[in-house]
This record gives sequence, structure tokens and C-alpha cells, in this order.
Amino acid sequence: MSIRILYFANLREVLGCAEEELEALPAGVVTLGALREWLCARGGDWAALAPGKSVRAAVNQTLAQAQNGIAEGDEIAFFPPVTGG
Amino acid sequence: MSISVQTEDFDIGPEIAALSAGRTDVGGVATFLGLVRGDGGLVAMHLEHYPGMTEKALAEIIVQAQARWPLLAVRVIHRIGRLLPGERIVFVGVASTHRAAAFAACEFIMDYLKTRAPFWKKEETPAGARWVDARESDDAAAARWDAGN
Repeated sequence: MSIRILYFANLREVLGCAEEELEALPAGVVTLGALREWLCARGGDWAALAPGKSVRAAVNQTLAQAQNGIAEGDEIAFFPPVTGG
Repeated sequence: MSISVQTEDFDIGPEIAALSAGRTDVGGVATFLGLVRGDGGLVAMHLEHYPGMTEKALAEIIVQAQARWPLLAVRVIHRIGRLLPGERIVFVGVASTHRAAAFAACEFIMDYLKTRAPFWKKEETPAGARWVDARESDDAAAARWDAGN
């Protein structure tokens, strides 16, 4: 499964990554929550995605929850709680 | 509805006029204009957003407002990039037949924008730059619309 992941604001700076393409995800990574855990397991700065950290997510540009499924070609985004207006 | 996410400043006079231009069914226009506050020696505010999702999120918020109140026209402008204290940052204008719907929808759109539209503020101060934390009071303001109030 190939997906694109975007990171914004403080999270982008902490991770040193604005965007990445993942060509092959492990078979079990089929939800947003599982993807977040898998990314967090990279260690180091990726602990910014650990459970309990205030991180929001979107799938295909719509706010989504941990149980939200992810599929081939999806655009996933992780970011801090929004602060516009 | 009309949505703009832009670096350029805007003039609220023409924006307000456009909400009722060429029609006679509008009984009231409510607007909100947000400005950059110069608290704590703020030098500038940097606005980042998620291109693509931002416009979709704002459109979805307006659709929700239209489902709650009989709105005749809605305009949302949000600036991005580097803004100085005193500069305009956001504009919401709502036209309706009566004032109650216009006031309520304008407030609803701002409350939802603050908690659901993917914008992030970074403060530039003499001591360095820092990302603005989300405020629980903003979540509470948005949540009261779900409580049937």
C-alpha cells in the first residue's frame, strides 16, 4: 500500500519532515491509529506522535479519528490542534 | 458562498457591500474582523495552513452554517504568511433576512474556523519564535453549538 503523509506546523519542525511517500506499509497498518503507532516506533523525534500527545489527523483532507481506515493512494496529514482565526 | 485564503490584505467595505449587492431580500449583514494583537512585544505572526484542506474545511463549515440558519450570502477571508500587529487576519461576513440568523451564523463560523480549519499561528517575538498553543476556551466555544444551545 502506497500513501502520502504530510506534517504541519510544530510537528513538521520537530520531525524535520514536511512530507513523505510510503511505498510499503506493514500488513497490519490499516487504520490512522495503527499508522501513527507505526511511525512513532521509528523512535527519536517520532515520539512526538506518541499516544497522549496532542496530535490531530486528516485523511484525504478531512479531519479523521484513530479508527479511520487508510487505503492505497490516501493523503494522510498529522498536525497539532489548529490555531487560526 | 465565497472563500479566500490569501497573503494579501483586504478591504472590508467592498466585501460587506458585495454581501447584499444587487438584491433586496437581505435584511441584515453581520461581520467579524479579526486583527493581529501586539501582546507581549509581538513582532509578527506567521500563519501556516494546509493548502487544499483549508478551503475544503471552510466550505464544510459554511455548509453546516447554511443548514442551521437561512443564509443569503457568506464570505470568509483568511490571510496566511507573515502579519504585523494591527493587521487584518480574518473576515467573516454573513447576510440573512433577519439579524438573529446573521449574528449566530457569523459567530458559529468563527468558532468552527478556530477549531476545525487547518491554520497554525507562530509568534515572532524579540526572544525568538514560538508556536501558539490551541486554547481550551476555543474548543468550548465550538462545542456549545453541538449542545443544542
